[in-house]
Amino acid sequence: MKNGAAVSLAVFIALGLSWCGFVLAPARQLGGAKQTTVLNSSEIYPVGRPGEANQGLQVYRANGCAACHTEQVRQGGVRCDVVLASAGKNPVAVSNLVSTLKLNGLAKEDADAASDKIIAAGGKAEIHIVATGPDIARGWGMRQSIAEDYLYDYPVQPGSLRVGPDLMNVGGREPDMNWQLVHLYAPAAEVKGSTMPPYRYLFEVRKISGTGVSPVQTGETPVPQPSPDALVFPEGFGPAAGYEVVPKPEARELAAYLLSLRANVPLYSAPFTQ
Amino acid sequence: MSAKETFTGGASVPASRLVSSLAPPIDRSCCVPLLALFGGAALWLVAGSVLAMIASIKFHAPDFLGDCPWLTYGRVQPAADNALLYGFCVPAALGVMLWIFARLSRTPLCLPFVAVAAANLWHLGVLIGLVGILTGDSTGFAWLEFPRGGSVLLFTAFLLIAICATATFGQRRERELYPSHWFLLAALLWFPWIYATGNLFLLAWPVRGVVQAAIDYWFANNLLFVWLGLTGLGAAFYFLPKLAGRPLQSHYLALFAFWTLILFGTWCGIPQGAPLPVWMPVLSAVAGSLTFVPVVVVFAITWKTSRGSGASSLECGGDAHVAAPVRSDCLAQDEATRASHSPDGNGASPSRCFVRFGLAAFMLSSLMLIAMACPQISRVTEFTWFGPAQTQLQLYGFFAMTMFGAIYYLLPRVVGFEWPFPKLTRAHFWISMLGILLLVVPLAIGGVVQGLKWVNPNVAVVDVSVATLPFLRVSTTGLLLILLGNLLFALNIFGLTLRWKLALLKKAIAIVKAPTATEGDTGSAFASLRRDKEVQS
Repeated sequence: MKNGAAVSLAVFIALGLSWCGFVLAPARQLGGAKQTTVLNSSEIYPVGRPGEANQGLQVYRANGCAACHTEQVRQGGVRCDVVLASAGKNPVAVSNLVSTLKLNGLAKEDADAASDKIIAAGGKAEIHIVATGPDIARGWGMRQSIAEDYLYDYPVQPGSLRVGPDLMNVGGREPDMNWQLVHLYAPAAEVKGSTMPPYRYLFEVRKISGTGVSPVQTGETPVPQPSPDALVFPEGFGPAAGYEVVPKPEARELAAYLLSLRANVPLYSAPFTQ
Repeated sequence: MSAKETFTGGASVPASRLVSSLAPPIDRSCCVPLLALFGGAALWLVAGSVLAMIASIKFHAPDFLGDCPWLTYGRVQPAADNALLYGFCVPAALGVMLWIFARLSRTPLCLPFVAVAAANLWHLGVLIGLVGILTGDSTGFAWLEFPRGGSVLLFTAFLLIAICATATFGQRRERELYPSHWFLLAALLWFPWIYATGNLFLLAWPVRGVVQAAIDYWFANNLLFVWLGLTGLGAAFYFLPKLAGRPLQSHYLALFAFWTLILFGTWCGIPQGAPLPVWMPVLSAVAGSLTFVPVVVVFAITWKTSRGSGASSLECGGDAHVAAPVRSDCLAQDEATRASHSPDGNGASPSRCFVRFGLAAFMLSSLMLIAMACPQISRVTEFTWFGPAQTQLQLYGFFAMTMFGAIYYLLPRVVGFEWPFPKLTRAHFWISMLGILLLVVPLAIGGVVQGLKWVNPNVAVVDVSVATLPFLRVSTTGLLLILLGNLLFALNIFGLTLRWKLALLKKAIAIVKAPTATEGDTGSAFASLRRDKEVQS
């Protein structure tokens, strides 16, 4: 190459091509993505996260949770299981047939063939689609994550490192708000041996004050009541006696976001049988 | 192209005389911009490794500094990465680039004041960005975490430097381009394009949904692999022949490496498990396997250029005078500077070790990248410490080490003083090399162990985390050594800057004290300076 113009041209060609490929093309293909319907249902998916959860996404971003957690479930493939729904009028023949057939872990064609045979014998069969792969086996999700799951999130943080577990469906796995909050305050209290750092700065430890008036006015001296927001700890992990741990708004928002993480409905492009 | 004109054209004897009279003003023109760029870079380098240490200690004690939101792991870790990349790597590269452009153009740097302003803007941008990340203002996009205030400053500063470099390029006296020119010019165009794309589509007018992730993958790959590759190789192809005393072998191979790197490398980077349309990871996997080509070519260039240069690898640890005398047919203009600054090639030897190590790390880290693009391997290594190991090898092992080599070589020539602690440059090399090995090897092995456990659903989550801890703890030692090496580097940079400032002060005092009556006698100040210089050499 003899001069600067030639180098510029080379850059323009090389980078321009990849820009069209990896910036423009996905923006055109997915940028206008719309809601879709859940498979075999009229439900719309995805719906936006509720307000508190949306603020929680910003807490998630600000504290860099994505440094250790991913939000994407991988899938090895799918297998089909043929399930006998009804033996029909000729149960003996059908059960004899079924005992000779392989019904679990089939490819789609084999499952169709097996199902056809059962129907021909007079029975009724259903084909269940099951996603496979280590992530699914761990219970991190029913199916792989796909583009639709991220439609309303900003920023999208799929993460690149799993120091801890994947969080794509953590709201389904641990649906209890108190569990999430306690886990944020003292991870080892909920998960034995956890290496997650505590996020105590999202909480306030305060003396249980007497302002909580006991609901029944019995005339006895009112016992200081803990705030209804205070965390309920497992044995041996709570604060000192007379103190309570109350989440700051950020902690509540973050927990609400974590609870809203459930991408577990079957979609046309990522089917499974519920 | 004959072997004689391999380096900036024919270096015949008369030309060398001409050049040797030009070299000092060329070098001196870069002095203030380079000190500004490298000074700040050294500061961020140390800051970055301190942050990385804090992050790493959290694997020994999760509670460590746990009550301070600024220093939580999720903020410190990205801040450390960004400090290394934007704080050190890019400004160091810009400084080296400006100097190489001035040298190859055989003309003093154009618009040095613009470059100084740009350097200060850049470092201000990094400061704003890092404080932003630590206060929770990160954007959440990997390698683009700097909030808007920081990234606007970085972009402006880069454009100013690019103007400066292009102007110098336009003034060149040698029309023929040297291979480093292609790489560095391409890098000048590459960065504004990808950085603008990333910031506009992710922050200014964000695209919807998972396209954000796609653009972020594209950006990160183009910055970490292609841009750093272009700049690092461009610099290495300039210094390697100079330090080996042989012309670059050969320009055609370098051209081939250039084209294959920008054509294939730019399509890598989409992880195999990404929740994107299938064609994207597949394309990235294909591009990844094709990227093997530039890696092999770089290996061939390094091998053929270093072979027979008479310098054994032992030299890195040996005494200065083991260094082979540099053959005079290499780059004549350097003979003059070398004679005046380091007659025994003292300054060249650690530089050569750094640059060679950098090239080796480039090949290894690229092979790791290619491996991760392979779907079968990626199934295990994706989402594990193998990825950060690759990134660290690329950022620190390849790029920062190459830049150290370049800076150790060029800065004394630019400033006109020797390094205040020349022995520490050698120590820096060994400490950093050991540090990077202790950081990357355990992380890579730990990543594979972790990956094998992640794909086995019978291993509990906590057990996987605990299984990686020994590896992470060894890597803390590596980080500690790297921190030490970086401190030695910063010590030399700040010492040299101090020397230069003291000399300026002396000069100013001399001018003030000089009797005003003999106004025409300003020559005496210059004469005293010249005498200083002779004493120095």
